[in-house]
Amino acid sequence: MTLDVLYFAWLRERIGQPRERVDTDAATVRDLIADLAARDDWHAAAFADLAAIRCAVDQQLADLDAPLAGAREVAFFPPMTGG
Amino acid sequence: MSARVQSAPFDLAAELAGFGAGAGAIVTFTGVVRDDTGQMAALEIEHYPGMTERALSDYGTEAATRFDLADWRIVHRHGRLAVGQPIMMVATAARHRRAAFQAADYLMDWLKSRAPFWKREIGRDGAARWVDAKSSDEDALARW
Repeated sequence: MTLDVLYFAWLRERIGQPRERVDTDAATVRDLIADLAARDDWHAAAFADLAAIRCAVDQQLADLDAPLAGAREVAFFPPMTGG
Repeated sequence: MSARVQSAPFDLAAELAGFGAGAGAIVTFTGVVRDDTGQMAALEIEHYPGMTERALSDYGTEAATRFDLADWRIVHRHGRLAVGQPIMMVATAARHRRAAFQAADYLMDWLKSRAPFWKREIGRDGAARWVDAKSSDEDALARW
C-alpha cells in the first residue's frame, strides 16, 4: 500500500521534510511507526518517544493502534496547541 | 454556522454582522497573543490544511447539536502573529445566555487540544521554541 505521510511542528523539523510517500505493509499506525523509525537516524529520533506523538488517519484523529486498511494519508504531530 | 482558517486579521464587528439572527444571546471569545515572559516578539502558528477546516467544522456542528445553537462561527489564524494580535475567535448564538456561554467554553476546550494547530514562540532575540501542550487543557476537555 502507498501512503502519504505528513509531519508537523517539531516532528517535521526532526525528520527534515513535511511529507513523504511510503510503500508499506503496516497493518496499524504503530506498525507504520516501526517501519519509519527504521529508515534513518532522523526518523528514529523523531519517533523515539511515542507518548509525545499524536496521529491522524485520513485527517481524523486516531490512536496508535488504529488500522491502516484503506488509508491514504497518515499524519504525525505533537500534542496540539490551538486556541 | 461556519469555520475558517486564515492568515489575515479578522474584524470582529464584521463577523457579527447578521450573526445569530433571532437568537436571544450571543457570546464571543477572542484569543490574543500574550507575552508571559516579557521576551516574546511573536507567535508562529502552524496547522494541517484540510484537516483543520474539517475538525473545526465537526466541533462546531457538535456544539450546535449539544447546546441547541442558532448559529456559531470559528475563525482561527495561522502564520506569524505579533504580541497583542488576535489569534482566533469563537461566536455562539442561542436562545438563552447559559447555552451560548457553555457552547463557547466547550468549543475553546476542543480547539485548545483537538484542533491541529501548533504554536511556536519567537523571542525578541529570534530564538524559536515550540509551545508544550498543557495537561490542564486536557483536563478541561474531560469536563465535557
